Amino acid sequence: MNMIQKTANTEISNAQRIYVRNHKRHHYFITVMRIIVLLLFLFLWEIAARLKWIDTFFFSSPTLVVTFFIEMILDGSFFVHTGITLFETLASFFLITIISLLFSTLLWYSNTFSEIVEPYLVVLNSLPKSALAPLIIVWLGTGTDTIIVAGVSVAVFGSIINLYTGFKQADAEKLKLIITLGGNRFTAFRKVILPSSVPLLLSNMKVNIGLALVGVIIGEFLAARRGLGYLIIYGSQVFQLNMVITSIIILCVIAMGLYQCLQCAEHWYLKHK
Amino acid sequence: MKQPILQCQNVCFSYHNLKGETSALTNISFQITKGEFVSIVGPSGCGKSTLLSLIAGLNMPESGTITLDRSENTKIGYMLQQDHLLEWRTIYQNIMLGPEINQTITPENEKLALTLLNDYGLARFQDKKPGELSGGMKQRVALIRTMMLNPQILLLDEPFSALDYQTRLMVSADIGRIIRKAGITTILVTHDLSEAIALSDRILILSKRPATIKKELPITLTLADDSLLAARNAPEFPNYFSVLWKEISDEYDTENR
Repeated sequence: MNMIQKTANTEISNAQRIYVRNHKRHHYFITVMRIIVLLLFLFLWEIAARLKWIDTFFFSSPTLVVTFFIEMILDGSFFVHTGITLFETLASFFLITIISLLFSTLLWYSNTFSEIVEPYLVVLNSLPKSALAPLIIVWLGTGTDTIIVAGVSVAVFGSIINLYTGFKQADAEKLKLIITLGGNRFTAFRKVILPSSVPLLLSNMKVNIGLALVGVIIGEFLAARRGLGYLIIYGSQVFQLNMVITSIIILCVIAMGLYQCLQCAEHWYLKHK
Repeated sequence: MKQPILQCQNVCFSYHNLKGETSALTNISFQITKGEFVSIVGPSGCGKSTLLSLIAGLNMPESGTITLDRSENTKIGYMLQQDHLLEWRTIYQNIMLGPEINQTITPENEKLALTLLNDYGLARFQDKKPGELSGGMKQRVALIRTMMLNPQILLLDEPFSALDYQTRLMVSADIGRIIRKAGITTILVTHDLSEAIALSDRILILSKRPATIKKELPITLTLADDSLLAARNAPEFPNYFSVLWKEISDEYDTENR
């Protein structure tokens, strides 16, 4: 057994072994350094707070954040606020995906329609969407639907333009192929444009999930009684900086989690293509 | 005289844009009988491909008529320059694209697909993706995809131009043989004169743009054996080649003068 392993080992050249070892070593080094940076930051923050270099009233401290977080879990407010923000973000993300897919399909299908609509799309896309938020509040009141609409408004126009441009870049000869096989423009969309645009759809979704979160937080700043955005704005108004910072950290984790989900979907697609 | 399966009469076609119009075809008239293999050659950019897309019905002629023999619901198969296999589909799924679009996936069609794959030596590859096949194989898959529609007329638009020279010799002889065996009426557009002579019964020579039919050249070759290169070794071959070469280079000369 030992013998066989030895001969197997000698078959891999020395240079290859060194290369693999260095590669792994580099990988570990990066991971370890990332953790060290985080720990060092938390450590310095805590020390600075304990030694009164910074005022914990304004800057909080890791222990205060953890204490506040545990309190939030115990009184259940963590689940209420995180849940509502997560729900609103996912709802606007799905709406963005569906609306932009339908609308960009329509634009692709009719050249005349897209020529007519194009300038309006460009204007709506370059408009700072937070300017629309007060208007939405007046129209829809201060409820969950207002915040979902705010989330949708931030990403939907850019997403439509992005998908439409992607659809248009599909190979014209492939469309000709579908026509010669007896299909029409609609079959061409289903058989060629959509399957070839899956990578574009996925990368577009990765952008949209981030933007949906931005829109939801803006919405919650302006018109909510629940949610992480509300906690941040409320906490800053009553000088509860523990609340603000804890909420921001929870937001970071949510953003990362949502992005990772889509990243996994993309990896899965590339593997099973 | 046999009833022609395809008849073009005084076909004219121009491309339009805001700067003006470009006349591509003028007064094209010819007819093709059932089972014939006809090649169309001409100087580059003379409108050969335009003529094919008119016959396929992708564009309408500005004047003149294109008549198909309607007695048996003539279907047209069109094979494009590139194979255009969809890389996210397996070979089998690519072949079934036509029936899928026409919603005619029947057990007979599925059987036909497997038979064709077998005949063309691709049965082993039916579950592979196009990326795993060589250029010549992909071209054969594209031909099967076209054949799945049971066409009575086959239009080939420089179907071998994406292949390297050796593969091209093999595949063109190979595909020519398959088509002849099936007895399908074929129109081949090519800029390769020897390919046209080796494959066709008749060659139509187009003039430079605006193209019209300059000459029709019937081809009869005495084949010594049935090897792939037999046609190119036929005694009549060099003679046909020089006739074609002269006709085409005349066109370039008048252009440069």
